[in-house]
Amino acid sequence: MTWYAALGAVEQGLVYGIMVIGVYLTFRILDFPDLTVDGSLPLGASISAVAITHGVNPYLSLVIALAGGFLAGAVTAILNTKFKILHLLASILTMIALYSINIRIMSGPNVALLGQETVFDAVIGYGIPAHFAGLIIFGLFALIVLSFIVWFLGSEIGQAILAVGDNPQMIRSLGVNTDTIIILGVGLSNGLVALSGALVAQNQGAADVGMGIGTIVAGLASVIIGETLFGCNTIARAFIAALLGSVVYRLAIALALGLEFGGFRFNPSDLNLITAVLVISALIAPNLKKRLIQR
Amino acid sequence: MISLNGIVKYFHKGSVNEVFALDNIDLQINEGDFVTVIGSNGAGKSTLLNCIAGGFFPDSGKIIINSQDVTAWPEYKRAKLISRVFQDPLLGTCPSATIEQNMALASLRGKKRGLARGVKSRDRDRFREELKQLGLGLDERLLDKVGLLSGGQRQALTMLMATMLRPDVLLLDEHIAALDPKTANQILLLTQEIVKQSRLTTLMITHNMKHAISFGNRLIMLHQGGILLDLKGEEKKNLTVKDLLAQFYKTQGEELALDSLLLN
Ligand SMILES: Nc1ncnc2c1ncn2[C@@H]1O[C@H](COP(=O)(O)OP(=O)(O)O)[C@@H](O)[C@H]1O
Ligand SMILES: [Mg+2]
Repeated sequence: MTWYAALGAVEQGLVYGIMVIGVYLTFRILDFPDLTVDGSLPLGASISAVAITHGVNPYLSLVIALAGGFLAGAVTAILNTKFKILHLLASILTMIALYSINIRIMSGPNVALLGQETVFDAVIGYGIPAHFAGLIIFGLFALIVLSFIVWFLGSEIGQAILAVGDNPQMIRSLGVNTDTIIILGVGLSNGLVALSGALVAQNQGAADVGMGIGTIVAGLASVIIGETLFGCNTIARAFIAALLGSVVYRLAIALALGLEFGGFRFNPSDLNLITAVLVISALIAPNLKKRLIQR
Repeated sequence: MISLNGIVKYFHKGSVNEVFALDNIDLQINEGDFVTVIGSNGAGKSTLLNCIAGGFFPDSGKIIINSQDVTAWPEYKRAKLISRVFQDPLLGTCPSATIEQNMALASLRGKKRGLARGVKSRDRDRFREELKQLGLGLDERLLDKVGLLSGGQRQALTMLMATMLRPDVLLLDEHIAALDPKTANQILLLTQEIVKQSRLTTLMITHNMKHAISFGNRLIMLHQGGILLDLKGEEKKNLTVKDLLAQFYKTQGEELALDSLLLN
């Protein structure tokens, strides 16, 4: 792996780490497996790209993207809590609907940002080399999101969110409307995913309707890697681990893509397969270990 | 204080599995009453408490607490008035949260939750004082996760959490049944102390006749979804286990007699 490829991987790890923080919130904290993210990542990208091409300030476009993602997550959560549709199915329905919505937003399958101002221009304006701009912006956003989520989960509402995932019966009998909390939590998660998508779009100079495919699997892989390598004793630690897990995951992918076995090379399109295998092995490894020990 | 008027509750109404769980229950409970509730398995005791707490909505009837009609209130809204402790010690606390986080959650029962810190430093001393009263050494373990505690410790903590913000109604559903005898006794004494101290209006389900007699000022026996026996004042005071068993077996006996009739 070249130095340049490694730098790119860290960058990606940080920006997608914002998505992973969102995935951690639904999967691990709320115990709500949510596939909406495959749709809300490109949703954030489309909103931000279209807003920028319409002359909206790139930072403001991030806020709009975040709000759009929140709305998408809220729809999934409402389908689940108010209409009693199984969470997985509810999230698949929203994800599919978002595919059409994203194409509507972009009036086509993609939007290019060539020559438009992005959040990276400001940093480059300070005389920082262009190839460090991504690292700085992504690192900054990842840090802000990380601090916010840890602060938020320490608040009265945040503690109620943790309790909903832990013991819904208990927190309901303490006067918390668990439906509202789930809507808030899944909304927030998808807001972060959309923010991540918006930053990716501004960085690569385009939004594309297909860019969300495999988001959830990459998110899960990062969560699992993070938990395994860095632990999840406290909330702060768990979210730091999720972010670092994302960086390690992208580095591993970059490494795999650089491998060569006598003429055979992985294509970037093999990424989803590699990730799926990674997640599957992480999921069955504990079982396998148990069986081996029993023997 | 609590007034139940014509409460009817079916499960799976209209299907082959239909259960007639509560049969037109009328019950008035006064402020400060400590009511013990007994009855055979499936008599409808838990269902009755669940209807009061809002876990189930009755098919008909009216529930009034503190002169407010709460019949249509969802469970979370009734939490302002009601605290509950369940049989399963795991149900009353969050295992992956610390003792102080659990207590902080409970100290906001029925209140608005905002962006203030979940656990406030000024609360810690109060939590520690309250935990000290349990005499289980939990006051030294505020930062331990509740999942590390034994069932008895968790149930003691749950009792404390249920009452640290005075509820208008305390509902206990066989809350010592899953504990070993010694721990069960400790929790029972703790219950009595707390109820007495704060003069809580309490309903306590128990399958222990002795407890039903020696605790509280009123005793209710449920049978097949109806109130079979309702003893207060002197009647309750002079009650013996023998009287109660006689009543209990009378109802069971009727069933047995009926069964044998059918078999013949
Ligand atoms: N959620 C439920 N669904 C269906 N039937 C139930 C449910 N809860 C209780 N029942 C039935 O209602 C009757 C009363 O149950 P319950 O109130 O739990 O009895 P108790 O607490 O007195 O042992 C029983 O026949 C029980 O099987
Ligand atoms: Mg019961």
